[in-house]
Amino acid sequence: MSDTGHDHHEELGFWRKYVFSVDHKVIGIQYSVTGLLFLLFGFSLMMLMRWQLAYPGQPLPILGGLFGPTRMPGGIMTPDFYNQLGAMHGTIMVFLGVVPLAVGGFGNFVVPLQIGAPDMAFPRMNMMSYWLYFVGGVVMFGSFFLPEGPAQSGWTSYPPLSNLASEGQTWWLVGMLFLIFSSLLGAVNFITTIIQLRADGLTFFRMPFFVWAQFVTSFLLLLAFPPLQAAGTFQLMDRLAGTSFFMPEGLVVSGQVQELAGGGSPILWQHLFWFLAHPEVYVLVLPAMGIVAEVIANNTRKPLWGYKSMVYATVFLGFMSFIVWAHHMYLTGMGTAMSSFFQTTTMIISIPSVVILTALILSLWGGSIRFTTPMLFALAFLPMFGIGGLTGLPLGLSAPDIHLHDTYYVIGHFHYVVAPGTIFALFAGIYYWYPKATGRQMSSFLGKLHFWPSFIFINGIFAPMLIQGMAGMQRRLYDGGMIYGHSQDVLHWHKVISFCAWGLFLAQIPFIINFFGSLRKPKEAGNNPWQATTLEWAAPSPPPHGNFATEPVVYRDPYEYSHPDHGEDYLPQFQPDAVAAKSA
Amino acid sequence: MEKWLGLPAIASEHGARIDNVIGLVHWLMLVLFLIWGVLFVYILFRFRQGRQPKADYKGLQSHLSSYAEVGVAVVEVILLVGFSIPLYSERVDDLPPEDEATVVRVVAEQFAWNVHYAGPDGVFGRTAPEMVDPASNPVGLDSDDEASADDVVKVNQLFLPVDVPVLIKLSSKDVIHSFFIPEMRVKQDAIPGMVFPVWFTPTVTNKEMQEIKGNPEFSYEIGCAQLCGNGHANMRGIVTIFSQEEFEAWMEEEQSYLGGGAEEDDIWG
Repeated sequence: MSDTGHDHHEELGFWRKYVFSVDHKVIGIQYSVTGLLFLLFGFSLMMLMRWQLAYPGQPLPILGGLFGPTRMPGGIMTPDFYNQLGAMHGTIMVFLGVVPLAVGGFGNFVVPLQIGAPDMAFPRMNMMSYWLYFVGGVVMFGSFFLPEGPAQSGWTSYPPLSNLASEGQTWWLVGMLFLIFSSLLGAVNFITTIIQLRADGLTFFRMPFFVWAQFVTSFLLLLAFPPLQAAGTFQLMDRLAGTSFFMPEGLVVSGQVQELAGGGSPILWQHLFWFLAHPEVYVLVLPAMGIVAEVIANNTRKPLWGYKSMVYATVFLGFMSFIVWAHHMYLTGMGTAMSSFFQTTTMIISIPSVVILTALILSLWGGSIRFTTPMLFALAFLPMFGIGGLTGLPLGLSAPDIHLHDTYYVIGHFHYVVAPGTIFALFAGIYYWYPKATGRQMSSFLGKLHFWPSFIFINGIFAPMLIQGMAGMQRRLYDGGMIYGHSQDVLHWHKVISFCAWGLFLAQIPFIINFFGSLRKPKEAGNNPWQATTLEWAAPSPPPHGNFATEPVVYRDPYEYSHPDHGEDYLPQFQPDAVAAKSA
Repeated sequence: MEKWLGLPAIASEHGARIDNVIGLVHWLMLVLFLIWGVLFVYILFRFRQGRQPKADYKGLQSHLSSYAEVGVAVVEVILLVGFSIPLYSERVDDLPPEDEATVVRVVAEQFAWNVHYAGPDGVFGRTAPEMVDPASNPVGLDSDDEASADDVVKVNQLFLPVDVPVLIKLSSKDVIHSFFIPEMRVKQDAIPGMVFPVWFTPTVTNKEMQEIKGNPEFSYEIGCAQLCGNGHANMRGIVTIFSQEEFEAWMEEEQSYLGGGAEEDDIWG
């Protein structure tokens, strides 16, 4: 390990300590709080859309007047505003909410602690990652105040629609470029940190599963984002410099022949976009699985079942995630050969997912299960991610996809993966590591008041979407599909879903109270409140700049709970053998 | 399984096979979810702290799960090789010969479906982007081309004969749309600069479906399934499946409107 661990850390001023900090923990908390705020903001956009879907064309009571005559004249949402909300909901939830929280937040805060490092390998670059993300967020948020509003061509921004869209799309592209630079710097930093800064004795197969998950995630970000960066630049040039990367000749828009060089292909964008956006799914899911694994081992008081097979499955999953992207594009005129390849890889990638999920469920067998708040969220992840994964099967096969593609079934599917799946796992992580970050425990009563209503409402949102999609209801319809005959039998679900969405919002209030309210408690959590085994619990809570008082040394595997030769039910990685033997 | 899933009625020859695959996949999903779910709930009950104060370091000793994983893989291979790939391949490769099919050009635009029939000569008139006039000539038909004389152009109305394969040549004038007729189990993106075939054989006429559903108002619809702008939700076309005699009669009637100045009024149906 480098000498930085022994550096004397002088007291820093307010700005250097809390704002422009190079400390991975402060940066992790900055990412987490910003990410959580964007999650709330992105969720609010959806709550507005849910009004329009439940009561199409009716004025929104009370709040309707706030949005002005261009967006909601007379409190009634315009189709343009609906499309803007939809595009920005997706963009914000994925790129400004979940990924920053899962990778920037948890990755930054937890990984250096779990590998016994004093900080990330490149602390200044780490600070730069956060601030690039922040600027990207400001650009995205700022685009709401443009005269014609933000991007409105879906989070997927398919050209030619996006090329023809108003100025908001340019802001979207610029915002994305900032976010991509941020992720790339972060990815390089994580990979270097995990390879170079592991504590003595921490071999790769002694790393906590969470570190493995972040390690693979970083490779996905590093290798998948550059094509989107290129594509974003191309689209920017199409919009600003008159190029035709994604524009064919002979376009006639509203009766006007477009003056374009032409010769481009709209499909090229889709390939470049999904080459990122499919691995991106695993960028969302792998850190979530990592968190769930940590919480399950701790709350069952036993080692993970099949740790090594989980690691191999994760690496394999990461590799495979680069060759499944075109399963989003079966209906773009794909022939048999291409579609057969992508169906086959898609079925193959389901196997490591099954391996990981099965290992996590079987890890519970023989445990002494504690139903703490983090454990409730982690346990809920398993069946929810299960539904998300299973509903991916009919979409991954091209024949059933003919009917289900671009219906509400798809929305139900990926939200099961991301919302009650990944976001629940992120909540588990917040409840689990909050005492490490703050020195204080969150209220378990408020935690349960957060969990149970959230669990019920979120299923009330996404399960009916599977039913609507099966009936053929298309997505992204401003009026919820009310004019179509095939929607009529499932239209009533829109109201149920909307009320569940608003209920889900109310269910977050206990969390918000808990998150901020617990900061006022005395710092009584101690170093290791969960009696856990991994290295982050060797550091004080909250850990000081530089993390560990003495460089930790790792003596054993990450989850030595309930070892038969040891008296206590947990044997930390950092506990020397002599001490372990004495207490046995 | 297909019956419980709430799929739309089927009105095409291949529709039942799409539903069949959807049903089979959902069986696999249901079985996996039940096995995981029952095991999960049992474990949570059996190994809760109150009943199991001390955890078992070794945990589960069985390796049954490996067999289960192999089982899942085998079922997926069967679904893939036995069902999905052959069915999809038929949809995109085994196109009906043009002389045995009803061939129609469909040109999507914001926010309408323009339908172009070749007419009795079976030859589509030349079209060009610069000829497009939104009010009178939505597909940009060149009136100087002889083959255009008997061409029929309709907006948001697709008329087809029952029991004859339909071959649609799908394209778009502006942005990406997606051509979707739920009851026919067809969906295909309409991409500007490209032409893709969509084919199916309708088996139930509108009249028959009205009787089956007990709904005299029923008609098949073309929905747009790809976000195409602020009118996406309203981009609906009406599909009428005629008996073969009705279709011929309809085409004859359309021909009688052609020529003279009647064409302009007629294209709106």
